[in-house]
Amino acid sequence: MLLELQRAFRATVTGEADAVAPFVCVARGPATRRIAVYRNTVQQSLVDTLATAFPVVVRIVGARFFRALARDFVVRFPPAVPQLALYGAGFPDFIAGHERTQMLPYLADVARLEWARGECYFAADAPPLDPSQLAGLAPERLAAARLTLHPAARLVRSPFPIHRIFMVNQPDVIAVPPVDMSIPEDVLLTRPGGRVDLRLIAQADAAFVAALAAGAALAQAADAALAADAAFDLQGALQQHFARGTFAAVAAD
Amino acid sequence: MSRSAAAPLATSPIPAAAGVGLRLQHLPELAAAPDDAPPSAAWLEIHSETFLVPGGPRLAMLTDVRRRHPVSCHGVGLSLGSAEGLDAAHLARLSALFDRVKPGLISEHLAWSVVDGVYLNDLLPLPYTERTLAVIAANIARAQDAFGRQILVENPSAYLGFADSTLPEWEFLARLVAATGCGLLLDVNNVYVSALNNGFDAAAYLAGIPAEAVGEIHLAGHSVEDEGEARVLVDTHSTHVCDPVWALYRDVIARIGSRPTLIEWDMDIPAFAELKAEAARAQAVLDAATPQEHARVA
Repeated sequence: MLLELQRAFRATVTGEADAVAPFVCVARGPATRRIAVYRNTVQQSLVDTLATAFPVVVRIVGARFFRALARDFVVRFPPAVPQLALYGAGFPDFIAGHERTQMLPYLADVARLEWARGECYFAADAPPLDPSQLAGLAPERLAAARLTLHPAARLVRSPFPIHRIFMVNQPDVIAVPPVDMSIPEDVLLTRPGGRVDLRLIAQADAAFVAALAAGAALAQAADAALAADAAFDLQGALQQHFARGTFAAVAAD
Repeated sequence: MSRSAAAPLATSPIPAAAGVGLRLQHLPELAAAPDDAPPSAAWLEIHSETFLVPGGPRLAMLTDVRRRHPVSCHGVGLSLGSAEGLDAAHLARLSALFDRVKPGLISEHLAWSVVDGVYLNDLLPLPYTERTLAVIAANIARAQDAFGRQILVENPSAYLGFADSTLPEWEFLARLVAATGCGLLLDVNNVYVSALNNGFDAAAYLAGIPAEAVGEIHLAGHSVEDEGEARVLVDTHSTHVCDPVWALYRDVIARIGSRPTLIEWDMDIPAFAELKAEAARAQAVLDAATPQEHARVA
């Protein structure tokens, strides 16, 4: 009986139908007016949650369009857990498949970048890899070593200039030169010292990090980077990643 | 973040004084103060679910703030009113947070937000019947078992009632207290909002609440939408506490004595100083009612 009522309430607040109306009594005025308070609160609060998580998407499409898009998402895919910081993981894919965003083919990747930024911010704490752990390894063991990414490290690769789009859509940016949409960009997010570091990295470096993230040994990952750019500097790349806290651990046989 | 690695905290009791609801906008400002700085408020309350994240700066800042303040953990997602019972995973997440924060009080709502594994992010209303009483009492007992301590249960603001309801809300709460040993978090603004929306007498409601069970009081502002038949008070927590709610609060404190009292503000959130000014108004009520008790707490 209570379950039946709660299911009717859910249908009502995530849709238009007043399925819960037969259960309800009100002191005055139409019951639909009172039911609407709950529907508005549920939908509005979840739309606001997405607007907080995806501010660059809001800025690109405008607040009104975003609300309509987010409302579609909210009623079809309401949260499965009460931690709203974790709500919206499916929104970038939803954008990619939505008929009304097809004229903005880069939008889903920008949303993926924003989601990655949130994941980086909320990821588990762990000390970054101490580079001295690699220093003592013999060359053949170093080549076979596997580096584990830090829990906060995220790599977002795109055929669109997502870093540039992200940067020119920050609140303090007013005048923007035209952006060449044909440039692919890769962004690495890390959290050195507890602050999110979001930066454009070279495609070879991105291939290197992607290979390590997929479980490749250091030598294989270096090969993947060199395939993208024969001038890839492994030593220099490792130094930068140690400084940014890209890795958390090393496993050497 | 090195400060966060310090020794574990001991539980600090929540004083019978006026505290402030801690919102994310004010978290960096409060966390930046040195550990030996005076407290920013007599005590703070967090929304538990806001801090149920794996790690990162938000949790680190909370640890820094906690070191200078007693903190209460106020849940918004456990869904004590769910017909399906409570989510074991969520109970475990909350327990882990309580281990970390060592809250002086923990609380939840007489409401539901979860059905069929979907979280609706609102405090939805319940019919007050003998059958729902049994469901909710079992849920409260399970939560108290999982946490190993008492929880306070808050009266919700309501915009409608149910044809099936046979018990007034205050009696339903009194029955939950008797059945489970839970305490009550009395939200005076919610009583006022529900009374005007649903046509009952707020003073009679407050007189019916078992005074000894009240462990905390909430105060907040609401908004008024529409006029005439369609008029409805909405519990937006977006403004100052209104005068009729202050009057009800003074009456409650005069009758039952001082209680920890919280100012809640969740939309159009002003500077922390303005929240402190609102808390000072509540503190003046507490001081006037039982100065000797306040002196003991301070």
